[in-house]
Amino acid sequence: MMRFLLLFSRQGKLRLQKWFTPLVERERKKVVRDMTLMVLGRPPRSCNFLHWKDLKVVYKRYASLYFCCGLDDKDNELLALEVLHRYVELLDKYFGNVCELDIIFNFEKAYFILDEFLMGGEVQETSKVTVAKSIEASDMLQETMEEYMSKPAF
Amino acid sequence: MPAVSKGDGMRGLAVFISDIRNCKSKEAEIKRINKELANIRSKFKGDKALDGYSKKKYVCKLLFIFLLGHDIDFGHMEAVNLLSSNKYTEKQIGYLFISVLVNSNSDLIRLINNAIKNDLSSRNPTFMNLALHCIANVGSREMAEAFAADIPRILVAGDTMDSVKQSAALCLLRLNRTSPDLVPMGEWTSRVVHLLNDQHLGVVTAATSLITTLAQKNPEEFKTSVSLAVARLSRIVTSASTDLQDYTYYFVPAPWLSVKLLRLLQCYPPPEDAAIRGRLSECLETILNKAQEPPKSKKVQHSNAKNAVLFEAISLIIHHDSEPTLLVRACNQLGQFLQHRETNLRYLALESMCTLASSEFSHEAVKTHIETVINALKTERDVSVRQRAVDLLYAMCDRSNVQQIVAEMLNYLETADYSIREEIVLKVAILAEKYAVDYTWYVDTILNLIRIAGDYVSEEVWYRVIQIVINRDDVQGYAAKTVFEALQAPACHENLVKVGGYILGEFGNLIAGDPRSSPLVQFNLLHSKFHLCSVPSRALLLSTYIKFINLFPEVKGTIQEVLRSDSQLRNADVELQQRAVEYLRLSCIASTDILATVLEEMPPFPERESSILAKLKRKKGPGMVPDIEEGRKDKNVNGGMEPISTNATTKSTPSPSTDLLSLGSSPALSSAPPSSSAGGLLVDVFTENHAPAAPGVPMGPVADDNFSRFVCKNNGVLFENQLVQIGLKSEFRQNLGRMYIFFGNKTSTQFLNFSSSVICQDSLKTQLSIHIKPADPTVDGGAQLQQILNIECVSDFVEAPVLSIQFRYGGTLQNIAVKLPITLNKFFQPTEMTSQDFFQRWKQLSSPQQEVQKIFKAKHSMDTEVTKAKIIGFGVALLDRVDPNPSNFVGAGVIHTKTTQVGCLLRLEPNTQAQVGGPERVLACALACARCRAVPSPNASLSPSLFTDVPSHTTDKQGHCIAAAL
Repeated sequence: MMRFLLLFSRQGKLRLQKWFTPLVERERKKVVRDMTLMVLGRPPRSCNFLHWKDLKVVYKRYASLYFCCGLDDKDNELLALEVLHRYVELLDKYFGNVCELDIIFNFEKAYFILDEFLMGGEVQETSKVTVAKSIEASDMLQETMEEYMSKPAF
Repeated sequence: MPAVSKGDGMRGLAVFISDIRNCKSKEAEIKRINKELANIRSKFKGDKALDGYSKKKYVCKLLFIFLLGHDIDFGHMEAVNLLSSNKYTEKQIGYLFISVLVNSNSDLIRLINNAIKNDLSSRNPTFMNLALHCIANVGSREMAEAFAADIPRILVAGDTMDSVKQSAALCLLRLNRTSPDLVPMGEWTSRVVHLLNDQHLGVVTAATSLITTLAQKNPEEFKTSVSLAVARLSRIVTSASTDLQDYTYYFVPAPWLSVKLLRLLQCYPPPEDAAIRGRLSECLETILNKAQEPPKSKKVQHSNAKNAVLFEAISLIIHHDSEPTLLVRACNQLGQFLQHRETNLRYLALESMCTLASSEFSHEAVKTHIETVINALKTERDVSVRQRAVDLLYAMCDRSNVQQIVAEMLNYLETADYSIREEIVLKVAILAEKYAVDYTWYVDTILNLIRIAGDYVSEEVWYRVIQIVINRDDVQGYAAKTVFEALQAPACHENLVKVGGYILGEFGNLIAGDPRSSPLVQFNLLHSKFHLCSVPSRALLLSTYIKFINLFPEVKGTIQEVLRSDSQLRNADVELQQRAVEYLRLSCIASTDILATVLEEMPPFPERESSILAKLKRKKGPGMVPDIEEGRKDKNVNGGMEPISTNATTKSTPSPSTDLLSLGSSPALSSAPPSSSAGGLLVDVFTENHAPAAPGVPMGPVADDNFSRFVCKNNGVLFENQLVQIGLKSEFRQNLGRMYIFFGNKTSTQFLNFSSSVICQDSLKTQLSIHIKPADPTVDGGAQLQQILNIECVSDFVEAPVLSIQFRYGGTLQNIAVKLPITLNKFFQPTEMTSQDFFQRWKQLSSPQQEVQKIFKAKHSMDTEVTKAKIIGFGVALLDRVDPNPSNFVGAGVIHTKTTQVGCLLRLEPNTQAQVGGPERVLACALACARCRAVPSPNASLSPSLFTDVPSHTTDKQGHCIAAAL
């Protein structure tokens, strides 16, 4: 089971955080700090796996963003690496050539897509087609462009 | 921004986000945020009701601010309002806010639960999914209470949409993890298991996660899932890569589902049904075969997914630990990966091999890769890979390769990454202790460790070496010599000074005979390090100095001078000052006797779990240290692998310390004249030889390592191995005794079928009557079981009863037999008498049957107070000023048995100048004579038959008991 998923930039700015087990704020901050320090300090072409306390940490860098997750002791690291990859593919399919800015400005979308893919730290749906379909379906339920443009800017 | 074209981007939010991004400083950002918070607060408090869109936008802004790391203390109510909106995006933002920000004890939980309830019953799959996600994300107990009953119903209902089923399965899984008591499965179990047959692979994937978690807690109830999982796995493994359409990931069919099924199967032993078992073996073989096929794609995703399944299959093979061919194939496969060009695979191969090393079938196969692993330690660029190599070396270590592995680890330590040094130090220390071939090697290794990585040697490591040296008298002389030599180095680590100070303070006398390490040389050497040390080490050294005053009266003056100096007596540190003042006073006013008592050699430490192992466990978190021993299913009696006990029994020599220093003392034992035909017995306990096990008694070797320690005391640790510790507490009165036996389970696993019994052999059956209360058949991990023994001494006896215990640990039956220290002297009652009485009786007891004499060499330096304590512990009254020679000890007592009472007199004549012909002064060696005579007790009637009743071996027994004790 995945315990948490973090997205952070090369500068250590946290872009997305998802916690699958309850942690108090102070502990979360410590995890984020330790992960960014540990992962950003790794030399290039190191392996993608680490041990941290009793967790396995799997991370991968995509362009300027690091995707990093904490796993239970018994979990499969290679597959977790592909969970990260599948998430990147889903973001890419939704945003079209996704970049860090997309995730900054549409952070809520990034969370919604993640929710379609993972739940309670387990993979819910591995089919890219199915996930993309259900995200599109929910977009269909949203307001029209005109409605959007008529709203005040702040 | 592409998102705008995707629908509902919120312009106000986008503007706010870019403002924040444009802030040049942290202060500017905080200012902008505060402005926004004020704006939102005023909107929420304003008279005008906000429309859904604005509410959504502001809630989303608050969420953004929170995710930036700022506190949010309002807006929760507005978010809850959004939940009941019928616009999907508003509802969605509401749920997101709740998931991220609402903690479980919020007072809004009732309102939230209401909204969720509505959505769950809406029959709109999108809304139901949102609600289920919210439950899973918050996962609080209140939510479990509210919904735990509904979710299984949604999961198994025939008309539920597939996507909702998936959410429901994982939601249930989440609730089961946080509040298992609230998720009653019972009636749903079989229908949930049958989800493994579902058409939709997404549903099967989610259901497998759920079933795996439930089966871990309750394997029996989900047993039927095994055959379904094997069938499903077999279909996936044999399918062509296009069969599963979108569930094929980079040409690998359903890797997620495969891995989950393999995980589920790891909750169970190998299937009993031969057909299922065969089918599973086929699957595993197919997976292993596929690893050898050329890849279908060059993409790393393909190889990752394929190898993920392979590693999980290997985990299952290791878990089953039953098919040697599969295990060896798995080991070979991992061996290939050890040299793979992908760092990730090398890392995982090292990691998997650690678990493989604990299987008895593959332990040897893993060991064949030792050179590759050592090479990895030397050449890997990535520290986390090197760390796995260290772990694997630790796991594959046993008595056969310990010297090589420890040497390589020490080598590596010199250049190792700082982040892992401490762990390596701990591992080296543990391996060196656990598999020590001899203790001199152990001492060398630890001192090396301190030399190479002194800063990383934690307190536990040097405490441990001291514990071991104190408890093993066969290594004390060597340890003293070695630390003395190590301290000669011009710069030595403070930890070495601590070890050196402690050991020389205890055992410096063992090397003091050599003029090169005379007391003064030892002292000057230690004191030369004093000023470079921290306060705690200086405090330790001060204690060493006062111990020196006791050990070596000749350096008393020098040391007193040091203690008296201003830098000690007026030291700014209170602890140091206090020690200096007190030690100085103590050395001035106390008589040598008192000094000797106060500064007596440290008693052996109780055997307990290695403090270092505990530290390593703490460091790595629970479950991270594979217990090398426990995994390997050792079948030996007494745990068998513990080097300490074997060493002590096979290598013990009567006077190890003097041998080591080659001071040339002939073993006094050979010169001890046996006083009667049964005199051989006298030697038995003294040399710690095993008495041959009596024929016809079905048990293994009887441990008696600690037996002689109990002659003069009643409490302590009788036996200890990897699994169990046996402690004793006993009390005796006249001819009755009660003994409390404590069985401590040192593992984390329950002992099953635990039973213990006391065996009295041959004539002992009639001489000693022992009642034992039956004990509980299970001993929980880490728990202690107490058993009470009631003992009655019917008549005098020679042999000791044997305590035999049996239990099942990890599937293996363990047999342990230990000699119980019930000796005749336990039934002594001390008797006071005058000098005149004593010698009158002594002279009356002149027939050879009534007397035994024994000359033996003392094991330790003869110390008046210690000897007195031992004689009292032996059970007799110590008679003061009875013997005209003040250095002799005299005692008297009455042995009570049910049938008779036997008076005994004892005389011990220490001879401190016994070493004839040697020019050096011998400190550790003394000759003494014990004399034991049976006499009537003054309280007993002086019937002449009392004497004739006493068989000679009774007196012998006393003779050898006291010899063993001294």
